[in-house]
Formats: sequence, C-alpha cells, structure tokens
Amino acid sequence: MSVLLWLLIALPLGVGALLGSAGTRVNRSAPALGTAAALATLGLAVASAVTRPRASAPLFAGMRAGLAVDGLSAVMVVTVAAITTAVLAFTAGEFSTKENRGRFFGLMLLFAGAMLVTVTATTLPVLLMAWEVMGATSWALIGHWWSRSEPVRSADVAFLTTRAADLGLYLAAGAALAGGIGSLRLDALPRTASPWLHVVTAGVVAAALGKSAQLPFSFWLSRAMRGPSPVSALLHSATMVVAGAYLLLRLHPLLTVTGWAGPFVAWAGAATALLLGVVAVAQRDLKQLLAASTSAQIGFMVLAAGTGGIAAGTTQLVAHAATKAGLFLAAGAWLTALGTKQLPALRGAARRYPLVGACFLIGALTLAGLPPLSLWASKDGVLAAARADNTGLYVVGLAAAAVSAVYSVKAAWYVTRPLPDEVEAGYDTEQPGTRHVSRAVAAPLCVLAMAAAVLGVLSLPGPAAWLKGLLAAPHEPAPAPWELGVSAAVALASAGLAWRWRARSRPVPVWHAVVRGARQWLYLERAAHVVVVRPLLGLARALAVFDDRVVDGAVRQIARCALAAARIAQRLDDGGVDAAVHAVAAGARNLGRLARRPQTGLLHQYYAQAAVGFAALTLIVLLVR
Amino acid sequence: MLSIVTFLPLLVCAALLLWPRTLPDLAYTWAWIVTAAVDLALVIVLWVGFDSHGGMQYEQRVRWIPGAGVGYHVGVDGLSLPLVALTCLLFLAVAVYSLRETRRVRPYVCLFLFLQTVSLGLFVALDLILFFVFFDLSIVGMFFVIAGWGHGERARAAALKFFLYTFTGSLALLLGFIGLYLAADPHTFDIVDLTRTDPLAGRGLYAGLVLLAIGVGLAVKTPTVPFHTWLPPAHTDAPATGSAILAGVLLKMGTYGFVRIAMPLLPGTWRHYALVITIIGVVSVVYGALVALAQTDFKRMIAYTSVNHMGYIVLAIGAAGTLAGSDAQARSLAVTGAVTQMISHGLITGALFLLSGVLYDRGQTYAIGAYSGLAAHTPRFAAVTAVAAFAGLGIPGFSGFIAEFQIFTGSLASQAIATAIAVTGILITAALFLRALRAMFLGAPRLPQAISAAGVTDLRSSEAISSVSLLALALAIGVVPRWLLDVIEPASRAVIGLVAR
Repeated sequence: MSVLLWLLIALPLGVGALLGSAGTRVNRSAPALGTAAALATLGLAVASAVTRPRASAPLFAGMRAGLAVDGLSAVMVVTVAAITTAVLAFTAGEFSTKENRGRFFGLMLLFAGAMLVTVTATTLPVLLMAWEVMGATSWALIGHWWSRSEPVRSADVAFLTTRAADLGLYLAAGAALAGGIGSLRLDALPRTASPWLHVVTAGVVAAALGKSAQLPFSFWLSRAMRGPSPVSALLHSATMVVAGAYLLLRLHPLLTVTGWAGPFVAWAGAATALLLGVVAVAQRDLKQLLAASTSAQIGFMVLAAGTGGIAAGTTQLVAHAATKAGLFLAAGAWLTALGTKQLPALRGAARRYPLVGACFLIGALTLAGLPPLSLWASKDGVLAAARADNTGLYVVGLAAAAVSAVYSVKAAWYVTRPLPDEVEAGYDTEQPGTRHVSRAVAAPLCVLAMAAAVLGVLSLPGPAAWLKGLLAAPHEPAPAPWELGVSAAVALASAGLAWRWRARSRPVPVWHAVVRGARQWLYLERAAHVVVVRPLLGLARALAVFDDRVVDGAVRQIARCALAAARIAQRLDDGGVDAAVHAVAAGARNLGRLARRPQTGLLHQYYAQAAVGFAALTLIVLLVR
Repeated sequence: MLSIVTFLPLLVCAALLLWPRTLPDLAYTWAWIVTAAVDLALVIVLWVGFDSHGGMQYEQRVRWIPGAGVGYHVGVDGLSLPLVALTCLLFLAVAVYSLRETRRVRPYVCLFLFLQTVSLGLFVALDLILFFVFFDLSIVGMFFVIAGWGHGERARAAALKFFLYTFTGSLALLLGFIGLYLAADPHTFDIVDLTRTDPLAGRGLYAGLVLLAIGVGLAVKTPTVPFHTWLPPAHTDAPATGSAILAGVLLKMGTYGFVRIAMPLLPGTWRHYALVITIIGVVSVVYGALVALAQTDFKRMIAYTSVNHMGYIVLAIGAAGTLAGSDAQARSLAVTGAVTQMISHGLITGALFLLSGVLYDRGQTYAIGAYSGLAAHTPRFAAVTAVAAFAGLGIPGFSGFIAEFQIFTGSLASQAIATAIAVTGILITAALFLRALRAMFLGAPRLPQAISAAGVTDLRSSEAISSVSLLALALAIGVVPRWLLDVIEPASRAVIGLVAR
C-alpha cells in the first residue's frame, strides 16, 4: 500500500529532477515525457484516492516523515494531478523549442510533486519541507525568462514574501515540541499545551495567509504574473496559493481550540475576498485581473476554513482550481498569439479564436458566480458556513460575491467585443505574438472549462453528503434554498449592472484615488518596501560600516596599541635599561681613571699620601674611642 | 587504524618532499588525489564498522609526556566521525579542483597534505594538548596557504591578520586547558578522564574563568561576533581551495571544540552561562546575515554568511545548556542540529567557495556589480551556483534545512525569544543569495571590461566534479538524512546527558 504513496510523490519529483538537470539536452522529448509523467501521476493519484495508503519513515529523533491520503488529501491529490496534467499538456503545445523545455517541464513537475507532498503530509517537518520546496521552485518558474530583469525581480519578491510567512511554520514546529507534541503530527497539534498552542496557531495562520496571498501578503501574487502563463495557471489553481487554504482546512481543529484563530482567519479571508475583488475590478491587464481574483476567491476558502465549512471550502478549492487554470491557459494562449494581455488590446480576442474564447467565457461566467455554474454553488456553501458563524461575515462574503461578478464580467466584456479596425495596433506590446493558437491547447482548455462548469454538482445534496462523509464533516450547514436564490440574484444583478456600465462606456463614478490604489494592489508592495525592506537594507549597510570601522577598527586599534607599546618598550630598553648598563660601565671606567691618579711613581708623594693616611686613621681612632 | 587515517597524508607529504624534484606538477596533484581518495575510503571503512551506540571507538592511547599528564589519545564517536569524513571528502574535492593549479605545485600539495593530517588529528584527538597542537598547526598551515597562493600583496596582510588573531585565540585556549589541568586530580590533559571526573564542578569563579578562556579561544576560531573580523579578509584574499578548507574544516574546529570540550568538561558552568552563549549565537546569526546582505563582494558575502551559519550552531548549543522549559528530546535535537550544521556548512559553503574561485578565474574579480547575466555565457556554472545558493539559504532537500530545522525546533522551548529572532536569519540569507544570483547570473549579459566574452569558459570538469560532488552529498543528507543522524543522535544524547549532570 505505502509503495503506491511513495510512487505518487517519487514519480513527479524524480522525473522532474531528471528533466530539470538534463535541461536543453531533452528539449525535444521533455513535453512528452513531462506530460506522460503527469498523466501517470494522475493515475497514481486516483489509485491512492481509492485505496487511501499511508506511509512513514523515520526523519528526526522522535519525529517521522509521515504521508497519508485521507478524504481531504484524496480530493487534493486528484485535483493537483489533474490540473498539472492539463497544464503540461497545454504547455507542450505552447512552448517553442527555443525555450529550455527540459528545465521548464522538470521544474513544473517538481513544483507539482512538492504540492502533492504538502497535501499528503501528516507531520509538520515533511509539510514544511514540501512547502518550502514549492516556494523555491516557484521562484525558478516565475523567473523562467531570466535574461529579463523584471521576471527575476518578481521571482525574488514572490519567494521572499512567501518565505517571510513560512517562518511561522518554523516557529510552529518549535512551539509544538515545546508544548509536548514531540511527534509533530498534524492531527496532534490541537493538543499542544496552552501558551505554546497559541504560538503554533499563529505560526500556522501566518504561513497559510502568506502562501495563499491573503491580506497583507497579496502583492506577491501580482508579481508572480511575470512568469510564463502555464506557471500562472498551475500556481494559481491547484498548487502554491491554495496550499495555505488547504493547510487551514486541514488544521481547522487547531483554529477551533484557540478560540481567536477561527474568527481571525475568517475575517482575513472575507476581507481579502472583498478588497482583492475590488483590486481585480481595477486592473487593466488580464493576468493581473485574474491574479487579484485568485486572491479574492481563495479568500472564500480561507473564510470557509475559519468558520468550519470544510466541505464547502474544499468544493470551492476544486471548482476554483479548474476554473482558474482554464482562464490562465486561455489568457496565455492569447498572449502567445497576440503578444498582449492588456484588456483594451484584447478586444475581440474571443471572436478571433472562438474555441479559446468559448472556454474563457465559460470560465469567466463561472468565476462570476452565475448559476448554475460551479463557483455559484460552492460559494453558497461557504456563505452558509459563514452565516452560521456570524452574520457580518455573511454580508461581507455576499458583497465579495457581487464584486467577483463585476470583475469577471469586465474581462468577458472586453474579449467579446467586435474586433476593432486598427486591431493590430495593440498587439505585440509585451512579446512578439505568433498569431496562431496551437491545436494542442484545445483539449486541456475544453476539459478544464467542462470541469469548471459542472463541478458544482459537488454541492448538490447527494454528492455534497458524499463529500461531507469523505471529509468527516457531516454536520456542516448546507445553503438554504433562499440563500441560493439570494446569491444567484446578487451575482446576476451585479453582472448585469457591470455589463451595462461597460456597454455605456462611461467612466465609473468612483473616486480616482480609490481606482489608483486598487490598481496598485492597495500599495501593499510599496508598504512592505517602506516598512520592512528599506529599513532592513539601511540597517544592513549601517552594520557593515560598523563592522569595518568599529569592530574591526577596535581590532586594528589593539594591534596598533601593541605596536605603540612595543615602540615604548624599545625606547625604554634603549633609553632605560641599556642606558643604565652603559652608565654603570662608564662609571666603572671613571672610577678606574680616578684610581690611577695617585699612582704617580714618585716616592715622596707616596710618603706624603701615607702620612696623610696615618693621620686620618689616628684621628678616627681617637674620635671613635 | 585511526592513526593511519590521520597520518597517511603527512607520510605522503614527507615522501613527496624527499623525492627528487624531477616529477611534473600534475604528478604531485595526482598523488594528492590518490592519497585523499584512499583516506576517504579508509574513513568509509571506519564508518561501516562504527557502532553508533558504542560511544568512543577505534581508541588508541600511547604514553607521550606522562610527567605532564599528556598522552597520545585518539578515538572517534558520533560527534567526530562525521567531521572526519567531511574533512576527507573536502580535501579530496579540493585536490580535484587543484588539478588546474600551476603555481609552485610541490609545496602547495605538501602544505595541503600537512593540513589534512592536522585537521584529522584535531577531530580525533582526545587529549587537550594534542588538540591544541593540531589547533595551532592548522593556523600555521593556513597562514602559508593564504600568504603563498592568495591574491597578491593584500593576501599577505590578510594572512598575517588571520595568523595573529587566531593565534592569540589559541593562547586563550591553552590558558583554559591549563586551568582544567590544574583543577583535575590527578593532573591530566586527557579529555575522556576529564569528562568523567568533571573537575570544575562547583568551582564558581575559577570555572567561569576557565570557560571564558576556552570560550574566547574557540569563539575566535568559529568565529562568532565580535571575534569574526579576521574571517572576511582571510577568505577574500585566500585562494579558492584555501577558502574551502578554511570554511569547511577549520571553522569547525571551533564549534567542534564547544561540543567536545567546553560542554562536557564544564557542564555546570556551561549551564550557568547558557544565556550568554545563546545571545552570542543570536547576534552572530542576525548580525552576520545583515552585514552579508550589505556586501558588494561575492566572496566576502559568503564569508559573512559563515558567521551567520556558525551562529546557528552557537545558538543551539547555548539552548542545549538551558534545562528550564525543555525536555531531553528538544535539547538533543538542538545538538544534533548543531553537528549536522557543521557538516552541512562544510559541504555547501565549501562548494560555494570553490565556485567563487571559478568566478575569479574567469573574471578576475569578486565584485558582484562587475557581472550580469553570466548564465548566458556559463549556463552550467550558473545552474550549479544557483543550486549551491539555494542549499546555502536552507531550502529543504539539502542538508542545511535538516540542520536548521532541528536547531530551531530544539532551541525554541528553552530560548524562545532568541530562537524567534534567529529564525529571521534564514529570510535575510535568502534575500542576499537571491540578490547576488540576480545581479551576477541573471538579467542582460555583461562581463567585466577587461574580459572578452570568448574568453569565458563554462565550468570545467575538474571544477564541476569537485563542487557538484559536495552538493550531491548535501542533497543526499537533505533527502535521506537518517544514515547521518543515526550516527550523530546517540552522541548528542550523550552530550546532553553530560551537560545535565
């Protein structure tokens, strides 16, 4: 049994590592190999979703590397593998042989493999390992076109932002151990002893919000758009960004026991769903719009995790994954063909390439939450869970649902316009377009669009009960019929309004600063730069100077002092000790000279000296007595 | 057996010196490679025969200066065996890298063979004086490497600074050793005997002074803030091979001294001053990372990341001395992490220094700003450096993560605030490595002015083999760490037991 699970993660990781290190040498075969590996992984994923294998191996003292496929993981592994397969099949048709396809497909497989480990991990160390590897591979994927400085800089921003949040998981691991959970098993984390329990929860929440691009970390997702479209399609749908939502769904018991974490997470999700929705509305770049909408849609999953809507959040995750992957692939196909992703320049793109257009339209309408498409139903599940928890959350969620209809309609409106006359003028602003959509992209696009449309069945009473059983969450609130009606009405009304606004082509009556702020992603990146990056760089430079001048300066000063002391010692030695020796010698010489004086050789002088001597002696004898 | 492993390089060194000078340069290097390979093979044999729960093994004890309590006593346990293996592997990698060395090869090879014996001797020594002798000889050997094969006039100044600074440190160490000797009854320098008797138990101030002397001596070698300023010039001006050995092996002498001597021989004092040690560790972590972030010289930057990486070790062993709030599992995890970090840093930073040597060879400068888009000219070099940089910033899958995760997880319970601060170190390290990668390897291609694009060759096979093999081992430890941890864990549990006495 466990062999299946090891295979499930070893296959994408192993093939990915091989393709990645072979690089351009396997340029010709990489797409086929990569897609085949992804397909095989999908087979393994389905098999393990059915058989539910468990596996573990010793890792650290008292901590095992545990993997298991339970209900939630079963849904996740199939989703991840299926989306990966679709995206790689698309990429096979998109990437020319001029690219380093070996590296690209290898990294994509590594990336997906890391996500598979993340969603099957049962202990924190393995989860963290996969979590961080995913971040690192995302860096390499976003920076795939490394000779341009912009993608690379964006890759740095994305990686550093998510890693900053990842620090939370490092702290959570330590806190869990301190709180008596020596095994670091995920299911044991809620039993952590009290003060540490809050540290564990805070760490997990921070890491999840960061990875899922929730407020205030959302800006990295905008940066992640600079990578190739297949990367966006995979990163934004079933991997990376949803990892945070998955972790919160998985660790929902932890959120419950702390008391504060559930509402906090729910409000963070709701706020992101609303605000990033507004950001999406303001975007003029299709991929930026989709990126902001990803943040917003994941906000619904996070909201669900915070309010205990596990099945609802999972349905939302799966439905959104299919929808968003399809949308990004369609945007990518246009970008390749037309060389632009600016919405005004994409007018009529759906008419020019009708198949891509149709798939995109299905995706956009799903994203808008229009009935009976999947996200309408799944979002209602989320809102039902939110309403059971707090009416305020429900209202904010409903508002966010309305906003999602607005941005989706905005995208759909542009691409369905009639082709303008001077259409070529807007093309090729970002890269030279091929004016050609590869035939290979049709199948994955269609499959994803179909899935996006119909995955809503998971919310029908029968399948929903099955899913709740699968996820061991049988008592979750289901949306009441009137709720479904309200959300459908809200979606239809706001979609209709948005369409009319567009059609009248009158500027929307909103304050200009709001539009600019929303277009700039609420200035989040600038804020991070001002609050964190710039002070840190300043501190680093100051410390470097301090290190040279003060720390090393002190050492140099000590050395200089030693030299000075040596010089003083030399002077003392020359002028003191040695001079004294000289003085003694000179004195002895002088004494000798004096002693020679009386020795004249004249007898009468000797007699005279003797007489004086005797006289002196006699005098002394007389005086002493 | 252990003595053969230790002195084999010295024997070959003597043989090469006595041989007439008619040999071609390459013959010397190949002789060195073969010696290093044989030595590594012998260590692998030792490893296979090693019983991880058997405590000190392959012991050998010979009377040397019995009147002064000095003996030739060697042996390995789970703390030293990995370091012995690391030493052999690094010297082999450096030997392969040196195939392209053309300057005064005979003395160069002999010097490195001498250094290998000295390094191995230090890690197997179980007598304080023996330890001290090897400690000092390593300084002498490295002085000549830096002065003789470094980059010009500055190298001689850096070598002098390195020598004087670390030599002063070693004098403090000797003072501490004598303090231990005088306290023991009967007087002895034997580490095993001193560990058993714990001669300074309950000797408040005296024990504190002994720990201060030993601590300063080892801290200079490690180096920790504020005794680290000899390191950047020594690395920057040393040849790549010298830097790799200096960072990979010589720095470990300091950290190894902490776990081998300072912790088990002065347990009570260690516990008493654990907070001070932890603080020094944390300051080294954050300070080293921040100063590294501000560097504009690639090699100097890596040198400062060494201060950061050594800081994690000091943090962990400081936390392991704090009994309050932590259980034995956490403390043993911290010590295991610290020892793993020694190995990991040796492999990864060793590789990074060798790669920086390639950089200097191609561009004649380490200045980050002088390069851009190198990946266009040297794709393999860029790829290997990127992998090494990610390994250096502690990405899972490489040994750095295995070490740092254990350190953080094991230290948080007893030193929560310090560990929380230290965790930010991995973020700053990530920032600085990514910045360097972006500036030098990615973006539009631009080379230093004096260098023509045609003159830039990609990684040569000797350079690739040496650096990739180190990274491959780091990967092996990162993916399947048990074979290493199985050896280290019993030993670190023993250390924890000794400290908790």
